[in-house]
Parts: sequence; structure tokens; C-alpha cells
Amino acid sequence: MAEDDEDRADALFHALADRTRRDIVRRVLAGEHSVSALAAKYDMSFAAVQKHVAVLEKAGLLSKRRQGREQLASGDVDAVRSVASMLTELEGVWRGRIARIDALIAADHPTQPLPSHPDGPRKD
Amino acid sequence: MPVTDVIKDLDSRTLTITADFAAPLERVWQVYADPRQLEKVWGPPGYPATVVEHELTPGGAMTYYMTSPEGEKYYGRWDVTEVSEPRGFRFDDAFTDDTFTANPEMPVSQNSYAFAEHDGGTRATYVTTYATAEALQQVLEMGMEEGAREAIAQIDVLLAQQ
Repeated sequence: MAEDDEDRADALFHALADRTRRDIVRRVLAGEHSVSALAAKYDMSFAAVQKHVAVLEKAGLLSKRRQGREQLASGDVDAVRSVASMLTELEGVWRGRIARIDALIAADHPTQPLPSHPDGPRKD
Repeated sequence: MPVTDVIKDLDSRTLTITADFAAPLERVWQVYADPRQLEKVWGPPGYPATVVEHELTPGGAMTYYMTSPEGEKYYGRWDVTEVSEPRGFRFDDAFTDDTFTANPEMPVSQNSYAFAEHDGGTRATYVTTYATAEALQQVLEMGMEEGAREAIAQIDVLLAQQ
């Protein structure tokens, strides 16, 4: 179970660590796109875009279906799960910011302890 | 780490982060009231922030940009809607062009920062809400591409601890 979660997280972060793949996710979250329509958006080969789509599919960020000769990709798979992953990315930014605030405040008194509480020692 | 709680509300696309700082309320307020301190903590490492205007009053604006290692600048603004010194403030955070005019194609997030005395220090609660999942994705595209690697490294560490 934990192993599965780790594998899924690896696939998710790997998938989102690429600019083109994040862009594809944004497009397919907004609506279904054919892989050839997606390929037309980027300055790369159809095969390269298809490969990005496959990575995203493996990470569970999009699903594909076939309609005639077209492959259609949509971000419906668990849109919720991708929102969760995005909020997790933001959480990482916030943790960095808070660590910097903490360091900035700590630099006020590099050698002194915090001033004692005016009401005397705390009892709790 | 001072972060004590993280709540992700998927339905409302809201991230709520709680952190405890070992400093008085006024000291934490100063981080936001002083543009030179704010720019030290806002940008991710390697992307220093520069605060241009700084008016932490209702109706006031705080404009800033972050500079990438390649020298590319990313501009943004806070439009302050509510201030309750030193207990917190609310603002809308938007991406802008280089004249600090909001880009209507980019999402705006609503933010509420609150500070309270807690256990001899200060508890800060940061709430950020995005209107849509697409908005959230766009924000990650624009503002975080650079910080993403670092953030992912941190998240990996967190996941490993679970």
C-alpha cells in the first residue's frame, strides 16, 4: 500500500516536472483534445507529444479514448487528484516561504534567547 | 519546522497553512509591513523578489517582481482589501505586465493572512483560494515553474516520512 503510494507519487511528480506536460494537463483539464490537436500546439514531433501524453496517462493525470482514427485525451481522470497534486506543489512553496520567515526572525537575536514573558514564567 | 498544519480543500481549491513562529505578534507583522523584509521571504531561492510599491492599507497596492537566474522578470500585485494591524490582512494576488497592470487572462487568488498570540509566540494562518482548477494550474505554470523542482524535492521528503 505505502509502496503503491510512493510509486504513484513518483509518477505524478515526474509527470509534472516537465513544462510541456504541465501545459498539456492544463489544456486537457479544460476539455477533451485530440492528440493531433495537442501536437499542433508544440514545436515538436507528433511522436514526442504522444510520448508526453503517455507519461501523463501513466501518472493518472489524463485518460485517452479512441474515436475513429483519433485518440482523444481528457483530464477527467480524477480532476480532483490533480487539484490535490497542485495544492501539494503550492504547499511546498509555502513551506519554503515559512522557513525563510522563521530564519529572518531568528536572525534578530542570533545569540540571545527570547525576552522573558512580562507576566512571569509560564505555567502551562 | 514551524509549519504545524496544512489543510487542502479540493472542492474550494483552498490551501490553508498554519505556522507557529517563536516571536511576538508585532515581529511577524513587521515581515509584511516592511517591504525589505517581505522581499526576503517571498521569492523562492534563486528568484529574489523586489517590492516596488508597498501600501498595506485597505484599497492600497503592493507591487513586486521576481527575477529569474536568467534575468527574466515576473511581475505581480497585491490589492489589499482589509487590514487589521497587527492581526492580519486580506488581499487579491494577480499576475501583471511590467507596468503592474493586472493580466485579465491570468487567475487571481484571494488571500487571508491572520496572526494571533499562541503559546508565547505567534500563530500565523495563511489561506489562499483559487477560483477554478484551471486557475490553480495556470498559477503553477507561471509563478512556480522555477520553484517546482525545489518544492518537489521537499514534497518527496514529506511523502517519505508518511
